Amino acid sequence: MTPLLSVQDITKRYGAQIGCADVSFDLYPGEVMGIVGESGSGKSTLLNCMAGHLVPDAGKVVFDTRGHGPRDTVTMSEPERRMLSRTDWAFVHQHARDGLRMGVSAGGNVGERLMAVGARHYGEIRGMAVDWLDRVEIAACRVDDRPTTFSGGMQQRLQIARNLVTGPRLVFMDEPTGGLDVSVQARLLDLLRGLVRDMGLSAIIVTHDLAVVRLLADRLMVMKDGHVVEAGLTDRVLDDPQHAYTQLLVSSVLQV
Amino acid sequence: MIDLSNVSKTFTLHNQGSTVIDVLGNVSLHVAPGECVALTGASGAGKSTLMRMIYGNYMAQAGSIRVGGVDLVQAEPRDIIRIRLEVLGYVSQFLRVVPRVPTVDVVAEPLRAVGVSGDAAQQRARDFLAQLNIPERLWSLSPTTFSGGEQQRVNIARGFAHPYPAMLLDEPTASLDALNREIVLSMIEGAKTRGAAIVGIFHDDAARARVCDREIDVSRFTPARVA
Amino acid sequence: MSDYNFAYLDEQTKRMIRRAILKGLAIPGYQVPFASREMPMPYGWGTGGVQVSAAVLTPDDRFKVIDQGADDTTNAVSIRSFFERTAGVATTTATTEATVIQTRHRIPEVPLAEGQILVYQVPIPEPLRFLEPRESETRKMHSLEEYGLMHVKLYEDISRHGHIATSYAYPVKVEARYVMDPSPIPKFDNPKLGGCPAIQLFGAGREQRIYALPPYTRVVSLDFEDHPFEATKADHPCGLCGADDSYLDEVIIDDTGGRMFVCSDTDYCETRQAAGHRGKDAA
Repeated sequence: MTPLLSVQDITKRYGAQIGCADVSFDLYPGEVMGIVGESGSGKSTLLNCMAGHLVPDAGKVVFDTRGHGPRDTVTMSEPERRMLSRTDWAFVHQHARDGLRMGVSAGGNVGERLMAVGARHYGEIRGMAVDWLDRVEIAACRVDDRPTTFSGGMQQRLQIARNLVTGPRLVFMDEPTGGLDVSVQARLLDLLRGLVRDMGLSAIIVTHDLAVVRLLADRLMVMKDGHVVEAGLTDRVLDDPQHAYTQLLVSSVLQV
Repeated sequence: MIDLSNVSKTFTLHNQGSTVIDVLGNVSLHVAPGECVALTGASGAGKSTLMRMIYGNYMAQAGSIRVGGVDLVQAEPRDIIRIRLEVLGYVSQFLRVVPRVPTVDVVAEPLRAVGVSGDAAQQRARDFLAQLNIPERLWSLSPTTFSGGEQQRVNIARGFAHPYPAMLLDEPTASLDALNREIVLSMIEGAKTRGAAIVGIFHDDAARARVCDREIDVSRFTPARVA
Repeated sequence: MSDYNFAYLDEQTKRMIRRAILKGLAIPGYQVPFASREMPMPYGWGTGGVQVSAAVLTPDDRFKVIDQGADDTTNAVSIRSFFERTAGVATTTATTEATVIQTRHRIPEVPLAEGQILVYQVPIPEPLRFLEPRESETRKMHSLEEYGLMHVKLYEDISRHGHIATSYAYPVKVEARYVMDPSPIPKFDNPKLGGCPAIQLFGAGREQRIYALPPYTRVVSLDFEDHPFEATKADHPCGLCGADDSYLDEVIIDDTGGRMFVCSDTDYCETRQAAGHRGKDAA
């Protein structure tokens, strides 16, 4: 089977500082991988390198495109990469306002990606927007309201709808539950799990919350100082950590 | 169906002076389809550790653990996940679920994961919940607030809803009353009849005697402790 | 003749602007940056259009200026006399006689002909600006033809008003490539943009952009399949000349709510009246 995403020796430096170094892994269709580590461990740098927001100093990010098979997205032309990022890729930001147009209605937010790939029938676009609002548990009557009138959890769900409406195959998530109330987090996690399963999505989730990866991720990568120190099946890494740092990380979680 | 050969397990506690604990050494075990093997031994002998290794939850330092033809010691995470979805079921003593997910969905989830349609999976989940005497009014609630016995039965329903060819049972009858204990034991017998290879831990002697074909005393794999 | 260089600007500057114009004509709808000069009038009064006019005027030209269709408003009169004084060119109010027409917010009713140049004054040249404030991003969107956002604006219109309520500065797509702001002309004028025999030049002074439509360019107003573009006007005939095919201004005529609709294109209206056409409010 061809990996959906093959990350090969990605290195990103900030001057003398290492962002992330020599990171390699394959992600297969339907897999959800978590990346954990403390602030400054390089997990966000890595995510941004993979999603095309940062240009790595070395390495490849090979994506199995629909039309032309595996392609290195680091060296592909910008139009192609941007096309990917609004069709086959999705990016869920930690702060919904980074991923939404706050001055545009919920329906317009969801419809934008459709219109970006050529949808030109207002009724159909609106129909799909309402359908997606429903799937992320936002009432259809809110379709014309702006996200500024939404709660934090609703904004995050709207961001997810906006991202998934074009049926992407790979979703990048940066702390998707960060900053939300615990009760809102649980609902969002359950929603994400269902969407990942029903749409057969592959996802890469960056978080520092081990509970989030235990629930969402099949696989886990632990980063420290820009390097991957341990990787494997999520419950194996969390229940039988091998590396000193992972053991520290796991044992540092407060038990409720 | 389940084959262990020369498996060993050590824990290295990096943050506690790099203490190395040898737990198990040289474990070899073969479980055929339709066979139920009980793991026995004193508390701390490594019964649960061995079980977790067979599930891929703990890493083995040496040897091979083959389930359904795949060596879980060497396998990629996605292969282990596939084996868990399709081949190897696990009923633990503890229920670990996403908060606020209804019980019926918790039970249906393993079926959904192997591609059973939503309606069919729900129906099968309801059948098992009914068989295990979980009151219907609880099905739409999250099991996180259930009593220990109810949670145990939800776990069993979840573990048995999909007919796995290999199963791991960790104290399946603990905290059950006589009636439900009887139901679970006959479910285990039913699984054996359809050819499931089962490894179990049973503190309930009568239950063990009834469903298990062999007993393996795990203490015999405990490496000689250097005094 | 005055002491000014011909048409106020020095020759180097005019050359620089002409290069921008030629580049704009070569890439219809593309916004060409240019080094906009300080002009002896405030921004917002047509500094972009004036610089473009200065660059294209020749001593043989006949120059016309309209402001929202009218030849006789302050802005039109000022710019016309500016070029009378600095270039000494002939001026006219007759659309058909003019070779260069500078306009603010209208396209004349009489179809333009080959050999004519229409110069638009443009306040904000970037059609994506209200949705995407970053210039670096809008430039990238143009270069990559990422125009989904433009339809988001129209979508918002329909969701809020039930129809596309944008009635002026209605975005168009040029030669199936660049999305362009036609300047704040009423959308009634949009159909005149395409297939026009005249050269159309757009100048934005404060924003330092020039863009252009060469003759007979394909120009399509953006819309949805189920909400097609409509060129609308007030549903009346002109009160003075009786024309029912021209864009109308609503004029309040007394303190009791009396009003009349008259052609916004004064030359068109006067030409018709001179030919004997009369509307219901004509004296």
